[in-house]
Amino acid sequence: MGQYLVRMLLQVVPVMFLISIIVFVLVHVTGDPVNLMLPETATEEDREILRAALGLDQPLYQQYFVYIKNVLQGDFGNSFHYGEPALPLVLERLPATFELAAVAMLIGIVIAVPCGMISAVKRNTVLDVIISFLSVIGKAMPNFWMGIMLILLFSVSLGLFPVSGRGGVEHIVLPAFTIGIGLAAQMTRLIRSNMLEILSQDYIRTARSKGLREVLVVGRHAFRNGLIPVVTIMSLQFTSLIGGTLVTETVFAWPGLGQLLVTSVNMRDMAVVQAAVFIIALVVIVCNMLTDVVYRYLDPRIKYN
Amino acid sequence: MSHLLEVNHLQTHFKTPDGILRAVNGVSFTVDAGETLAIVGESGSGKSVTSMSILGLVSDPGKVVGGEILFEGKNLLRLTKKEYRNMRGKAISVIFQEPMTSLNPIFTVGFQISEVLRTHYKLNRKAAKQRAIEMLDTVGIANAEKVYARYPHQLSGGMRQRVMIAIALVCQPKLLIADEPTTALDVTIQAQILELIQKLAKEQNTGVILITHDLGVVAEMADKVAVMYGGEIVEHASVEQIFHRPSHPYTQGLLASLPKIHEDEQRLYSLPGTVPNLLESSEGCTFAPRCKFASEACLQSKPRLALQGEQHWVSCLKAEEVRG
Repeated sequence: MGQYLVRMLLQVVPVMFLISIIVFVLVHVTGDPVNLMLPETATEEDREILRAALGLDQPLYQQYFVYIKNVLQGDFGNSFHYGEPALPLVLERLPATFELAAVAMLIGIVIAVPCGMISAVKRNTVLDVIISFLSVIGKAMPNFWMGIMLILLFSVSLGLFPVSGRGGVEHIVLPAFTIGIGLAAQMTRLIRSNMLEILSQDYIRTARSKGLREVLVVGRHAFRNGLIPVVTIMSLQFTSLIGGTLVTETVFAWPGLGQLLVTSVNMRDMAVVQAAVFIIALVVIVCNMLTDVVYRYLDPRIKYN
Repeated sequence: MSHLLEVNHLQTHFKTPDGILRAVNGVSFTVDAGETLAIVGESGSGKSVTSMSILGLVSDPGKVVGGEILFEGKNLLRLTKKEYRNMRGKAISVIFQEPMTSLNPIFTVGFQISEVLRTHYKLNRKAAKQRAIEMLDTVGIANAEKVYARYPHQLSGGMRQRVMIAIALVCQPKLLIADEPTTALDVTIQAQILELIQKLAKEQNTGVILITHDLGVVAEMADKVAVMYGGEIVEHASVEQIFHRPSHPYTQGLLASLPKIHEDEQRLYSLPGTVPNLLESSEGCTFAPRCKFASEACLQSKPRLALQGEQHWVSCLKAEEVRG
């Protein structure tokens, strides 16, 4: 286990290095930040001066070397827009994003696990049909629409939750449900189909032939086997939430990473974009490693080498 | 004396979109303590569904729709779900065909054995472990204590089937159903596993229902044989009678399909035709379309099991002619 973690960590370094190159090149080929930073009346001479001051007149590879040298010291450069170091700007947003992703995930799991299991165990009954129907609807509703509907109902009409912003527990309820309901719908269907497959396995028949109660047959013998593919989806979903809750963040003015990233891309704020992508990549890698560890716990057939 | 198990006119049907499939259609037999009954037949003849019916584990859309299953005089079909559950794994247990997939991959072998003990005897963890290790030892697993902590994927097919036997016999059941216990195993392992089942069954005076399509296994193990065809028993007799005086054309066909070591035959005999479609209920004998003895009468009236000699039941209108 310890050895496994060391090996994984050794893989992280080249991956992060590659990502830094890709992001650097992409950001630099997509446009010139100087055009956005200066007023339209600025002369070409003014632009040249600013470029030189920012080091943008150097060849790309030289800019990269300067950049990576600084990154290794924890310096992602200053944001053109905010005039502050980029990394703290990104890290400042990370807790909000994590919070939203984690609560949304939790809501998804709490709804999906029982619904998916019931749906599978009671397949083709009225209950199953109702759950399947609801999950199709849940999956079909786009986040921006769902967010607005929740605001209209719970904030505007009922006045139960604040319309936007981040603060106490009441602030996170609506954005987390907006994302969580979609997740729940998707995971319910996945858990249902997984459980159905598992329930027809030979070892489930064995468990029944041993005289176990059905609760144990499903909850002990089937559930953990059914969990393995679900963990994969959950991990993928979580990582995509870290960088991709933009729509929901916008609807609810949630000060997360997605919002920062998109406005920075629009403003060609290279330092912030690079720092944000770097951090998101790091989170994705760490999530994948944790998923691997969970797999090993769930399925003894997977070995550490 | 009443039998350990007495199955009377058992009918298990499956509702399918194309109609009702009569997988088991009026099957009767008995098993006594310490006795081994072999149920023989092709795939799809209803052998496994019969055993699942006895265990009360016929899954949807199948259902036992008629007959009775008397175990120690009690009709199992009248038990509540809970009473039935308490019998399974304790009084009646089963060994399945596929040792590779019949054990849960994510639990240790030991857990899966002690689970039965803890379910039926409410043993504590330690006592159950103790007993499970003894049982692993009994089924011939060396290093039982080590194997207790192993996962199924770490064991060979033969070892896994030994573990299945340990699970099945750890509560000393009165009836053991062995559903093709050696089909998935290497030939060299087959004999060992059969011997083990036979030995433990004798020691515990367990009644055994051995489900197989392997007549070699039957000759080795069985006291009595029931030959199933198309959801019905077509011949039921002692193992000697089945091999020496087969009186149903289907039994004869099965025996003729066995390779013979002393004869210089180029081709193996094979029964013409395929198993009947159980969705259609036929007027006459289900085997008639494949039978070389069949006459007009066979296609029109269904034969019933009739006594042809001592404890030798045959369901064939032409049994005497067939026996020759």
